[in-house]
Amino acid sequence: MDPIIRIEGLTKDYRSGFWRRRVRVLRALSLDVQAGEVFGYLGPNGAGKTTTLKLLMGLIYPTAGRATILGRDTREVDMKAAVGFLPENPYFYDYLTGREFLDYYGRLFALPARVRRERVDRLLHEVGMAHAADLSLRKYSKGMLQRIGLAQALINDPDVVVLDEPMTGLDPLGRKEVRDLILRLKAAGKTIFFSTHIIPDVEVICDRVGIIFVGELVTVGPLETLLGTHLESVEITFSGLPPGDPGVPGGPWARPPVRTAGRTIVAVADQATGNATVRTLVERGATIHSVVPLRRTLEEEFVQQIEERRRAQGVGHLPEHLP
Amino acid sequence: MRKVLAISLNTFRETVRDKILYTLLVFAFAMIGSAAILIRISVRAEVRILQDLGLTAISIIGVLMATFLGITLVYKEVDRRTIFTIISKPVHRYQFVLGKYLGLLTTLLVSVAAMALGLLLLSRALVSEWTWLLLPAVWLTYVELAVITALATLFSSFTTPALSATFTLSLFLIGRLSGDLVAFLAKASSAAVRAFALGTYYVLPNLHLFNGRGTVALGRFPDPRWVVGATAYGMLYIAFVLSAAVFIFQRRDFK
Repeated sequence: MDPIIRIEGLTKDYRSGFWRRRVRVLRALSLDVQAGEVFGYLGPNGAGKTTTLKLLMGLIYPTAGRATILGRDTREVDMKAAVGFLPENPYFYDYLTGREFLDYYGRLFALPARVRRERVDRLLHEVGMAHAADLSLRKYSKGMLQRIGLAQALINDPDVVVLDEPMTGLDPLGRKEVRDLILRLKAAGKTIFFSTHIIPDVEVICDRVGIIFVGELVTVGPLETLLGTHLESVEITFSGLPPGDPGVPGGPWARPPVRTAGRTIVAVADQATGNATVRTLVERGATIHSVVPLRRTLEEEFVQQIEERRRAQGVGHLPEHLP
Repeated sequence: MRKVLAISLNTFRETVRDKILYTLLVFAFAMIGSAAILIRISVRAEVRILQDLGLTAISIIGVLMATFLGITLVYKEVDRRTIFTIISKPVHRYQFVLGKYLGLLTTLLVSVAAMALGLLLLSRALVSEWTWLLLPAVWLTYVELAVITALATLFSSFTTPALSATFTLSLFLIGRLSGDLVAFLAKASSAAVRAFALGTYYVLPNLHLFNGRGTVALGRFPDPRWVVGATAYGMLYIAFVLSAAVFIFQRRDFK
């Protein structure tokens, strides 16, 4: 099946400074996003995430390469009829009320009045902004603006949703609501491509992840592949070894045992040692509270990838200048 | 066209909720009103002086409105990044520029109509009859404002409001004087200077074409061929300026 979003060798240079020097902010980026996927686009600030998203939405033009959404070139304006977009830190018309604002965007899709009315009401409810529908956006908080921004991205009932840092500026509850919204969109068959630097959100909702650094794609793949299936360690928490017991059995330990509030936490390197340790503990009369297989986190993977890349390139955060 | 109308409607909403508009409108009514009072208390009530002063007030205030609302028209959308959510919709960039322009033109139409109505009512109060010959002059002023708005939109599509205001008001002044300038330069002996004068004349807006106040002062309707000709010239000039604005806007990266 053809990918929903296809990016092929996308490159972007900006002119900067008095001498209009070329600065390459995106280097031959290629990646595909499949139908029905939630794709997380990760990278530190200034990595090129927003540039990629702006190229997809036709806000800037590529220096080289191309991108297609639903098989159509992103430079085709009509392609956007099936796409929803939320920019980073969105700023909106503060003289409009929430309802007027969404109605305006509905008009930009040439939606009939009846459809606009029904959809505006539904979306206001869906993003939890129904109570502020007739309040001018000037009075909205940052979190409220982010929510109404999400609603405008969905006004056309898009097949593809592109979100730039959708969790930024939201409190934990707001972030959870956005995560749930993304999962609802996925369940409805939409394809979601979103950038973020909030890694736990990616782990919870993404099917695949791409990591970008200094304009270059460092790695891309499903979370399981990226993080590996092998265990880092198995953590066992227990209590209640009878008095006079010679001590904690088993080992070798991946980390030294820790005693806390009457419980002991031990970590072993693999599943077999973990099983053996649990058996011995049970035989000696201990109570097992938990056995947690620990895998590599995305954050660890992300930091390692970025550090490796930094060492290899010998660069910091700033994009290098072209000759 | 529906998308252009949507953008126009939003721009109309934006400009009618702008305080500058009301400040200028109040100022215009104060100018027209004080002229009427002056004439009432003067020995010889000359209604034509009121009409001339009123038309001048509509023109000056209209030019200030067109300039100061026009220079931020596109700039503000880019600066506040609201443009991101518009261009990411199925909207052509030319539709955006056209929508912004038509929105401000609607605001100007309402403002000019309000000022003209005020002037007509005052004239009626003074001479007990409707002075319909004011209307062609008001129409020509409106076409002139449409040209100035187009210029402000052009500058607003690539530079800051301060520079846009400077460029727009400079072109307005040059445009008002272009006839005299060309007549003066045409007398030059050098063919190059004469060619330059002619070139300048065609490129710069010829705004003195839109001055209908002279015929009002003489108490007669202007030649309809002149009104139609000036309107056609204005529309052609606007098309030329807006095409340039779209050309520039089409190539812009919204970083």
